Amino acid sequence: MNSLRRIFAILQKEIRQLSRDRLTFGMIIGIPMIQIMLFGFAINTDVRHLRAAVADESNTELSRTLTADVQATQVIDVITRVQTAPELEILLRDGDIDVGIYIPPDFARRLQQRDRSAAQLLVDGSDPVILGAARQLTNMTLRYDTDAPQQPRAALFDIRNHFNPERRSAVNVVPALMGVILTMTMVLFTAVAIVRERERGNLELLINTPVKTVELMIGKIVPYIFIGLIQVTLIVLLGMLVFRVPIEGALSNVYLGALALIAANLSLGLLISTLAQSQFQAMQMTFFFFLPSILLSGFMFPFAGMPKAAQYIAEVLPLTHFVRIIRGVMLRGADLVHMLPDLRALFIFTAVTLTLAVLRFHKRLD
Amino acid sequence: MSNDVAIRTHNLTRRFGKLVAVDRVNLTVPRAHIYGFLGPNGSGKSTTIRMLCGLLKPSDGEAEVLGLKIPREAETLKRKIGYMTQRFSLYEDLSVIENLDFIAEVYSLTRAKRHERIAQQLELFDLKELVKQRAGTMSGGQKQRLALAAATLHEPELLFLDEPTSAVDPQSRRDFWEFLFQLANHGTTILVSTHYMDEAERCHALAILDRGTIVADGAPKTLEANINAHVIEVENADMHAARAILLRVPHVLSVTQLGVRLRVLVDRSIDDATGLIQRELRTANHHVDAHHARPSLEDVFVAATQLRTREHAV
Repeated sequence: MNSLRRIFAILQKEIRQLSRDRLTFGMIIGIPMIQIMLFGFAINTDVRHLRAAVADESNTELSRTLTADVQATQVIDVITRVQTAPELEILLRDGDIDVGIYIPPDFARRLQQRDRSAAQLLVDGSDPVILGAARQLTNMTLRYDTDAPQQPRAALFDIRNHFNPERRSAVNVVPALMGVILTMTMVLFTAVAIVRERERGNLELLINTPVKTVELMIGKIVPYIFIGLIQVTLIVLLGMLVFRVPIEGALSNVYLGALALIAANLSLGLLISTLAQSQFQAMQMTFFFFLPSILLSGFMFPFAGMPKAAQYIAEVLPLTHFVRIIRGVMLRGADLVHMLPDLRALFIFTAVTLTLAVLRFHKRLD
Repeated sequence: MSNDVAIRTHNLTRRFGKLVAVDRVNLTVPRAHIYGFLGPNGSGKSTTIRMLCGLLKPSDGEAEVLGLKIPREAETLKRKIGYMTQRFSLYEDLSVIENLDFIAEVYSLTRAKRHERIAQQLELFDLKELVKQRAGTMSGGQKQRLALAAATLHEPELLFLDEPTSAVDPQSRRDFWEFLFQLANHGTTILVSTHYMDEAERCHALAILDRGTIVADGAPKTLEANINAHVIEVENADMHAARAILLRVPHVLSVTQLGVRLRVLVDRSIDDATGLIQRELRTANHHVDAHHARPSLEDVFVAATQLRTREHAV
């Protein structure tokens, strides 16, 4: 009973302090708003309108059809036509075009013989995203190649895109961004909240009172759980209203998944707070953790494309599992029951870091 | 343990690695006394206080505080003691009343008790006008009154004060000591560490600490009477030259200039200390007036720490 009162006293104090700390308060609302707008609008891996040039040495009806088809994908805009392949290379080198299309004189014969590719794509490979987009075109040419020349357009655009038919990046980015924002703010807030208490000498006073370690931790953590849920709500609302991100699964599953990530991040924040001597150190440690989270979790780059070692590291990071869970729930309409391995990973992470934090916190007093 | 002893330790020791911060300290602090710890920085005052609160485990020795074995019964002890840290450790972004409310909740005072005690403390420590003010915006003296009000809100039997007056002006310090005497009159035992001589003099009893050891203890008057040195005042001298000469004399423990006089501490084993000083100075052609003076607590402190330094050097 007294224990509950003490927890409540710490909780109330924490909320009072938070409401007076304009910077932190601004971060609670500001970080989700700014990040979601920035990432939602700016990250667009769906590349269109690459500048292209065509050197058509074949100049047949078939080759003109090919050019028109490629143009119709909207991936490229043919901005100029040249005579020879070397001219394409010059344009490419000078950065005037992103893609060059070379159609050799024997284009029609090559198409029929199918022993080698009929046409050539010259790509500015210095930007991986452009390279990826070009690869998409290559696929198309291959289909062209293997199809009967009389029906060149058959099955050409038959790419069925599930779950994000319009291929809008925001749909992929926003759910995962929820995890990125929670990882950044939750870890940082808890770590700093406790280190600040130590830095200002409050902890020396508190440990002389009947307050117990566990009570102090609970009292400090609970407000941040609510703050995390507020952020989730904000992101879901913005995602739905601004970016028309669908929520195929149950909304309750979105919140439950988010809670699992919040728990993992808060316990990591606690652990950091027992290691850091100053608020600055706490911030450094947070970013040491945040960077691999953002890069390896599958938020920025596809998980499958990473080397094995990076994948192993990624499996340890809570964000990796959350990205899988939330994309499943929000975009594919999956139930949490189907996400058990990832949920379990989050729980294990929470249990381990929390145990370490409690153990370390005890040592501190001595 | 008899009921009129608040703290008793036996060979209390704390080591940090190779450093012995507190070395076999034996203490007996009677109830309702103001007991002082006098010593320079790093003499083990804070470490001893922390061990007595149960914050640090002693490496060796025993301590009994308010009849409780420390550190085993430290959790029970925490309800009975108050602790005021060296630096202000309440929440600067909370107001006076919010800070006191928080402390009251932490100690689980009943609602009625909480209202009563907070009203009393606001009155006693002259904080009524400041109730809504954030602690961070208050002056050093005001903060300190708030800290003491918070530390005594739950009416502790024993109060630990770790250099409580290091950040306040002289008037606030005097007021502060008035509060301490009031508390002691009501039966609270107070253990206070300080490096101010005038504060040490006001304690009922004190222990002088030097590098982790108690080098002298007792009531201030007793300590002054039992000083293990002669206190000689030298007048009419060329201060600078005389000081240089006296510092080379083997039995002289310390020479301090006080305005136009030199205050010289001489080893107690010397019979005729004034004679010794006059002889030493006369050979250097200085004719001075030397006479015995009444020892002050500062003399006691210097003599106790100096003698130990010499023993170490030998």
